[in-house]
Amino acid sequence: MSNRDIQNTKAVFKREFLAYFNSPVLYVIVVIFLLAAMGFPFFFSRILDSEDVSLTERFFVWHPWIYTVLAPAVGMRLWSEEHRLGTIELLLTMPVSPWQAILGKFFAASCVWLIGLTLTFPIVWTVCYLGYPDMGPIMSGYIASYLYALACLALTSAISAITRSQVVCFIVSVAFCIVIALIGDPGVTHTIVSTTPDWAAGFVRFVSYFSFMDHFFELTKGIFVFRDVFYFLSVIIVTLIITNLALRAKRA
Amino acid sequence: MIQVKNLIKVFGTKVAVDDVSFSVEKGEVLGFLGPNGAGKSTTMRMVTGYFRPTSGSVSLCGINMLEEPEQAKQRLGYLPENAPLYSDMTVASFLGFCAELRGLHGADRTRAIDRVLDLCFLDSVRNQSVDTLSKGYRHRTCFAQSIIHDPDVLILDEPTDGLDPNQKHEVRGMIKRMGQNKAIIFSTHILEEVEAACSRAIIIDRGKVVADGTPESLKKLVPGAKSLDEVFRSITKPDTAHKHAA
Repeated sequence: MSNRDIQNTKAVFKREFLAYFNSPVLYVIVVIFLLAAMGFPFFFSRILDSEDVSLTERFFVWHPWIYTVLAPAVGMRLWSEEHRLGTIELLLTMPVSPWQAILGKFFAASCVWLIGLTLTFPIVWTVCYLGYPDMGPIMSGYIASYLYALACLALTSAISAITRSQVVCFIVSVAFCIVIALIGDPGVTHTIVSTTPDWAAGFVRFVSYFSFMDHFFELTKGIFVFRDVFYFLSVIIVTLIITNLALRAKRA
Repeated sequence: MIQVKNLIKVFGTKVAVDDVSFSVEKGEVLGFLGPNGAGKSTTMRMVTGYFRPTSGSVSLCGINMLEEPEQAKQRLGYLPENAPLYSDMTVASFLGFCAELRGLHGADRTRAIDRVLDLCFLDSVRNQSVDTLSKGYRHRTCFAQSIIHDPDVLILDEPTDGLDPNQKHEVRGMIKRMGQNKAIIFSTHILEEVEAACSRAIIIDRGKVVADGTPESLKKLVPGAKSLDEVFRSITKPDTAHKHAA
């Protein structure tokens, strides 16, 4: 990392981050995220009726599904918008390497989620008021939740590098996020294993290991397993590399 | 300053640019002419490092664009076709962003912004959102971006497209003035522009260079031609030509 790398990444980050504040997207998404993330534990999980003050089963459990819809909404503008406006030609003929631009944009979108997730603090406050929760699982739950959001964002970034239409990017990204969440679902895995021949069962289980879900729930249990953190980080790195390849292919 | 050698670009099976070579020295303004789809924009995109050539080489100020793209791009100012802009920014913040990417920070950045705002007559819209600008202002904002770091090499893709006659005159004057100490390439459809601003012109047709010389010498290429217009029409084939033949 040279000085130049940091300056350029910072410049792209700053522009992209301010762009979120200049459009209604950020406000709409953060508000919907907060309504969902704070409402579901109370209305569906009935957090107040239980004798349990841990957040894992009632608060974090909803996050993957919320991110499945909302993370693509944040990420879809990253590159699609550049393609549509033609500004990508401007950006990539500046003395900026594609990686500086990709990281700058990705960090900007990440910060949007940091804002959203930070604003869920009243729920921590609530359970602390009601009882004596174990802070370990809460911390690791937040880390797991944030990593999940970043993985969805990186996935969206790769897809937005391919298409100039934000709508296409949104729908395809949501589909990918659903698939990658569902392949790890025990019910889904079991159904597929029971309908495929025996020799394929190992393969199905192998594929199901790539699901975000297993790794997410391992982390929210409060056992900070490096393996699961590493899994999410590698998903992010791989999808950002795909973003780079897609951008290169796009300008042939 | 600009050295382009044997540039070839193939999209699928279509050869968009076929073995184009030219060079532009400091103090030269090169007009890039050709019918629509002749490969002008593709050539410019390769010179600016946006497209990767299928084969051939580009170097700016002696720096190879393919080997050291970041250094080469630092020497370059580029106005893409249709003047794209980030629609959510103001004119000043957009120029500030471009200045930062060009490595200008702090007081240098402020000075650079003020200089180009003044040069491109954008002072009155300084804090206006790019979205609300008229076409002429948008064009000038994008043009301002290309000269913010006072580059040695300037590449302008149809810089006068969509401007009114006064603005066209102004931009031509600006190109001519800047051409004294820079190497400039600009593409256009308007042939009087070539005579007004260029010291040299290249005519490109179906991806090939078909003529290269001063506007005066181009006129002599076709015996009896009185204007560049006639020269242009007789050496490039119209899109409709093969239909007439068939």
